[in-house]
Amino acid sequence: MRLAGWGRYPVADCALSAPRDTAALAGLVAHGAPLIARGSGRAYGDSAMNRTHTVSMRHFDRMLGFDDDAGVLKAEAGVILGDVISALLPRGWFPAVTPGTKFVTLGGMAAANVHGKNHHLDGGISNFIDWVEVMGADGAITRASRRESSELFDWTMGGMGLTGVIVRLAMRLRRVETGWIRQQSLAAPDLDAAMAAFDAGRDAPYSVAWIDCLSTGARLGRSVVMLGEHAPLDRLPMRFRRIPFGPPPQRRRTVPFNAPGFALNRWTVSAFNALYYRLGTRRTGTAYVPWDSYFYPLDGVLGWNRIYGRRGFVQFQCVLPEAAAREGLRALLQTIAAAGQGSFLAVLKKMGADRGRFSFPMPGYTLALDFPVSDKVLKLMDELDRITLDHEGRFYLAKDARLSAETLHAADPRAGDFASMRRQTGAAAAFASLQSERLGL
Amino acid sequence: MSGGAVLVLGARSDIGLAIAHAFAAEGHAIQLAARNPGTLEPARTDLALRHGVEVTLHRFDALDPAGHETFLDSLPALPEIAVCTVGFMGDQAESETDMAAARLVMRSNFEGPAGILGLIANRFEARGSGTIVGISSVAGDRGRATNYVYGSAKAGFSAWLSGLRNRLAGTGIHVLTVKPGFVATAMTEGMDLPARLTAEPDAVGRAVLRAVRARRNVIYVKPVWWLVMAVIRAIPEAIFKKMRI
Repeated sequence: MRLAGWGRYPVADCALSAPRDTAALAGLVAHGAPLIARGSGRAYGDSAMNRTHTVSMRHFDRMLGFDDDAGVLKAEAGVILGDVISALLPRGWFPAVTPGTKFVTLGGMAAANVHGKNHHLDGGISNFIDWVEVMGADGAITRASRRESSELFDWTMGGMGLTGVIVRLAMRLRRVETGWIRQQSLAAPDLDAAMAAFDAGRDAPYSVAWIDCLSTGARLGRSVVMLGEHAPLDRLPMRFRRIPFGPPPQRRRTVPFNAPGFALNRWTVSAFNALYYRLGTRRTGTAYVPWDSYFYPLDGVLGWNRIYGRRGFVQFQCVLPEAAAREGLRALLQTIAAAGQGSFLAVLKKMGADRGRFSFPMPGYTLALDFPVSDKVLKLMDELDRITLDHEGRFYLAKDARLSAETLHAADPRAGDFASMRRQTGAAAAFASLQSERLGL
Repeated sequence: MSGGAVLVLGARSDIGLAIAHAFAAEGHAIQLAARNPGTLEPARTDLALRHGVEVTLHRFDALDPAGHETFLDSLPALPEIAVCTVGFMGDQAESETDMAAARLVMRSNFEGPAGILGLIANRFEARGSGTIVGISSVAGDRGRATNYVYGSAKAGFSAWLSGLRNRLAGTGIHVLTVKPGFVATAMTEGMDLPARLTAEPDAVGRAVLRAVRARRNVIYVKPVWWLVMAVIRAIPEAIFKKMRI
């Protein structure tokens, strides 16, 4: 069947099967042809696509137990993060790390070692995964943690499902008193101000900036920086205290059709950006925001990926090391603004250190933006790759749909180590995606 | 938490579990009954964790009528709603040549479900309240060459539910007949089903919940099935017997 990632680019005919238990899954692995596991299909590109053998994990969707004292959830890999929140937030627990959508699977989160707005303090999700059970090339399941099979654990976090199929895992959650976030917004008139705001807010549990990628000159990099923390019950405004875990998830609106190609252009996007920035400056200050709209603003619009039209969209996300970040970001933003290819969702975030032998994050700044697919955009992306490379940055594979093997291996020597580990363990012969083939992993 | 217990007979089926989730999400306690209840342990944990309701497991064999009363006595409480998703499609060709195979299909789809629901109906009647849900099938609407052994057993079950509903009208006990149409389950895996006529088990769960609340009598999970079956039923027998559908 026709499959694509969240960006709806690329699209390929993939044979999809959905085993019901580990025995059936082992049968597929033993079959010989390499396969890749697929969760919710929320990776943007071709990470969870394999033409001859894509394996949906949708039947592995049971929560297996929750330790109320330690806050550890044991679950099958296909459990959806949003269902975890629905089940456990009313008991006072929230995911310790969450990406920008709650529709991801837990297995997908581990495979991508996803990061969230607290990465600068807490690192990625791998820091909160006690163990994963991985089905290897021989069909046997190995439990990997920091103590047992720690090599496998470290390669699996951020390994994009290429070390084996993650079937179960244990994830630690965070205790919260409420489901509300106390948010502080600051308007930063340029890039230096935005970076200074991140430094000043380094102790804030959550921080992220929306960045205007079309403004130039003195306004280059103008941003709205948003800091946040889980609101304790006694700080919550009285009117929210009777619903401490926030209103139920927001009403969903659906984008019913693909927007025409002209809906997004330099003028509509820059009008949107100007408006957003103006609202940001006006709303500067403190607000209490429910968890759902704070962490998952786009989940409220189901199928928002269709807003980019029929050809789909690509996301660019890199991280630049602290020392080169200022110059690198400046170069990236200037190139993007000059190309006039605006993106509704441009995000800047300061990252901290991370573990994982092949994980994306490093201390520095990450920039993420998406663009509707066109030949011009794909050329622009190549240029952004080059700038990233020049500034010793690296690329987030969960977002990638078009990076070249040369660029990846030049940017990240760990890619070669990862590929040789896969050859040695036999994983290379059993697990592959369109992405791993494209990138020579 | 609201609502009394929901008993699911044949809880190992995809449809049975989906119905359990739909009612658990609304705060109903769940009683899962199956031949090997031990295998439902992960489902119990999952249901209880997701929905914060009490979930109990019970041994039940639809083909062992002698054990039915004991089974009902063993439940923690007489449920408010009893759902029977027991069924077995079998293999039509085998059912044509092997009487034992045919008999298993007939007993699994008619005798077993009608037997246990009959006992439950009597207990509901004595109490003066309750809802009975029978998962029948569109295959029972008209016998076709491709699955008439299964279809005839479902036809019998549908007629039985209709009669029970008639008998209990005015007593406060409600009887709902569900005809799911094609559902993407373990039973239909590998079959080439038309997407527009095929429902996900979750959709069946939600449809049953809605129909119970609205006190509907007979539902097709996807409304289009009503039309499809109305057409199929309207074809004169002289023509129908020559068709291969």
